[in-house]
Amino acid sequence: MVGVSVGHRVSTDHQLARLLQIGIVLEEVVEVRAARHYDTLSPDERDAEIEALLEEAREESADHRERLESLIEELDAEAVPLDEIEALVESTYAQTGPESFDGVLYDQLHGEETAYKFYDDLIEAVEASDAAFALDRERLLTTLTEIRDEEAEGVEEVTAIMEARE
Amino acid sequence: MNTADQYLKAIYLVQKMENGPASTGALAERLDVSPASVNEMIGKLQDRGLADHEKYKGVSLTDEGIEQAREALQTYCIIERFLHNVLEVEEFPSEAKALESVIDETVAERLDTIIEREPQCPDCFDAEADMCAELVSEGEAD
Repeated sequence: MVGVSVGHRVSTDHQLARLLQIGIVLEEVVEVRAARHYDTLSPDERDAEIEALLEEAREESADHRERLESLIEELDAEAVPLDEIEALVESTYAQTGPESFDGVLYDQLHGEETAYKFYDDLIEAVEASDAAFALDRERLLTTLTEIRDEEAEGVEEVTAIMEARE
Repeated sequence: MNTADQYLKAIYLVQKMENGPASTGALAERLDVSPASVNEMIGKLQDRGLADHEKYKGVSLTDEGIEQAREALQTYCIIERFLHNVLEVEEFPSEAKALESVIDETVAERLDTIIEREPQCPDCFDAEADMCAELVSEGEAD
């Protein structure tokens, strides 16, 4: 017999909602950091390519966050203090940020890679579970897979820019 | 966190509490698995040079095993503190246990950037209470 603490699986609506909330926080972090990076670039560091990348990352994260929120709404789980999370993430990053130009790209890359890993593990855990969730399983997996693949594309985009600048 | 890391963390904490090798029974109880499962995993950890098993005494981590166990414990501590401090989850110890297998170390590191963790982490982890010492009072109030 395998206990609940060992092994990769998601067995309840509550647990799934919690994991989706963690996804929202990760997106929030990417979003806030991208905005922050954009603001902290000095005029000679700014260029159209980087600005477009950060803008796109910010929009994509906001879109992912909304899609995760709509999944949570369908679950039988309590609401999340999302406004508070947003405020917390913003205040945490108000004083910090990467100092160099390379740091901006590297940080963006790291954020997208982390998000990719998170969604990939979550998809695996949902697939390993035979639990019936309050939302449509296919919709859940399709949404998570789409989001994961967009993170993978993001990683590729940042990597391409980094390589071109070497 | 993968299953091996969950075992390493449990062995580390049981060893800390017992001040010696961890018995199969104590590990089975802590991880809520059968003694047979524990023995099977101990064999794997031994093969990887992460643990030593002595008959009738129990299992002890090697230096490499200790290092890996401490990293796993730190990841676990981040999950507990994140659930408690950011998502304001009252039942954070049970939820952290339910989620630890799905949260990777790299993801925990990212979450770590928005929580305040003590520099002595994971040395301050309370093995008896099975939670971050900073959160013990809140956990007991549930």
